[in-house]
Amino acid sequence: MKHGRYPFIIGFLIVPVAIYGTFVIAAYVQAFQLSFTNWRGFSPNVDYIGFDNFTKLFHDSTFWKAIQHHVLLLIFLPLLTIILALFFAFLLNVGGGSKGGRTQGVRGSKFYRVIFFFPQLLALALVAVIFSRVYSPDESGLINGLLQQFGAGPVLFLADSHLALWSILAVLVWQGVGFYVVLFSAGMGSIPTEIYEAAALDGATRSTLFFKITLPLLWSTLQVAWVYLGIAAFDAFALVNVMSVDRGGPDGATTVLGLEIYRNAFDYAQFGYASAMGVVLFFLTLTFAALTLRVTRRDTVEL
Amino acid sequence: MTNLRTDVSATPPGTVDYPGARKSAGTPAGKKEIKLFSGFAHIALAIWGLLVIAPLIWVILASFKSNTEIFTHAPFSLPSALSFESYKSAWTEAHVGRYFLNSIFVVALSTTGTMIFGSMAAYVLARYKFVGNRFIYYLFVSGLAFPVFLALVPLFLILQNLGLLNTYTGLILVYIAYSLPFTVFFMTAFFKTLPNHVAEAAIVDGASHTRLFFQVMLPMAKSGLVSITIFNIVGQWNQYLLPVAIMQGQGAENKWVLTQGIANISVSAGYQANWAALFAALTLSIVPMIIVYAFFQRQIQSGLTAGAAK
Repeated sequence: MKHGRYPFIIGFLIVPVAIYGTFVIAAYVQAFQLSFTNWRGFSPNVDYIGFDNFTKLFHDSTFWKAIQHHVLLLIFLPLLTIILALFFAFLLNVGGGSKGGRTQGVRGSKFYRVIFFFPQLLALALVAVIFSRVYSPDESGLINGLLQQFGAGPVLFLADSHLALWSILAVLVWQGVGFYVVLFSAGMGSIPTEIYEAAALDGATRSTLFFKITLPLLWSTLQVAWVYLGIAAFDAFALVNVMSVDRGGPDGATTVLGLEIYRNAFDYAQFGYASAMGVVLFFLTLTFAALTLRVTRRDTVEL
Repeated sequence: MTNLRTDVSATPPGTVDYPGARKSAGTPAGKKEIKLFSGFAHIALAIWGLLVIAPLIWVILASFKSNTEIFTHAPFSLPSALSFESYKSAWTEAHVGRYFLNSIFVVALSTTGTMIFGSMAAYVLARYKFVGNRFIYYLFVSGLAFPVFLALVPLFLILQNLGLLNTYTGLILVYIAYSLPFTVFFMTAFFKTLPNHVAEAAIVDGASHTRLFFQVMLPMAKSGLVSITIFNIVGQWNQYLLPVAIMQGQGAENKWVLTQGIANISVSAGYQANWAALFAALTLSIVPMIIVYAFFQRQIQSGLTAGAAK
């Protein structure tokens, strides 16, 4: 059976490795290379300019605006999504009291879960289009249409530079919560009921149960959630590109790195500069993920 | 054991505990507390449920209204007459039908390709020892750490050099390439869990490596394959950045996928102020998702959370 082993291995690996090497590995390697050039896509020879792109980036006010927006998203997107999702997951799983000594979910918990999860299935670009209508500044918008019924003035969700980024953040939360409700529910479901019962015997209240049992036993799932949402906070391209006024506006109030990379690459043909931004984005994402895992490290409780 | 939790939660912490107190406290007060809590739970859950559904219902309602009605009537009012005018213009002028078919075509091929190549690579990496195995495995998995934005410019140039820019072939290959890291990562772990004795028995019976893979191992990996296929279908169907970067240039509008097409309708609807058609286009892309979800919600939920739940 030794015979034909290597031809088989090579035969199975060659196509996937070739596709992956061409479109992914080669692209990432070239991105680092390009970030040290001033290439604009036309000249045949490429000039290496050292760290000039990065120095320019450092003095680019739009870049710093984008960073600020990522910081805001990085704090509030995970925070809001996880708090809401934990809250709902807890209600779904132990909201119904107990029967026969077993904690129970509220009635219809499956139905709620199905509804909550649905937005996850929709493309962000689609969600962005829906919400650019929901937020419409005139009475054709869902929210302003309702407000008008009560005689309240229109709120300029996307045109007001103080509101625009928060409005976009709200859409991300709207879409994300259901996914994490399902994820946390699965985690909560795997916590043995005896632990709850034992704690309840000792007189633990519902909130004690939540903070002393559910939360610590769910820690590793929470970590994963935080990293996922953090990575999503470094993206937000689809929403900003579709929803925001003037793509990233008003006056740069919603711009994100992804959008700036896209713009520099395809609108201004600044290939080198766009790649430099990509490199920064890569290191930011990596630092964030490593930091999160390091800071939140705890001795996991093995059941 | 009956009503144990009910009893205790009704007893405030610190209350003097004596035999019998539990039992008497359990029935009326405890039940009441539970009812209150579960009532509160239902209200909170229903509010979020409403927040999730309301925009979707609103979109569907508005798709049957005329443009003026959208402006003058209350958001959740029923359309005065069931008008399919907007659907006609969404289908013929805004080309939603074409974008939809384009998406189906691209995703059908790219997901199939991803699953075939991904599971082939994962199988070999999981179950065969050879020089460079670990290296190739980590090469694939490292792809998970990079943001696609980093590759955007070079990817554009690579496709341009290969003459694949603005072609389905290019888009499909790129979808496959960028889906491989997670597919290989997940399927490698899955193939490792499969029992050895079946494979050994097949080899004793004289099955070739290729036959062993297709006729024995793949069927055994079915549950993993289903999860990850769903994950890839949804991910590729919803992809926006890659098609926007790749499908540009002359005649690209005809090849756009649904996400791109809808986003563009949204922009042009703004110029023509034809919102009804936009709502119809949105409805046409949401409703199929609702139908698919209604039938496969369990599989879809577990498929999409497969990565995070590990």
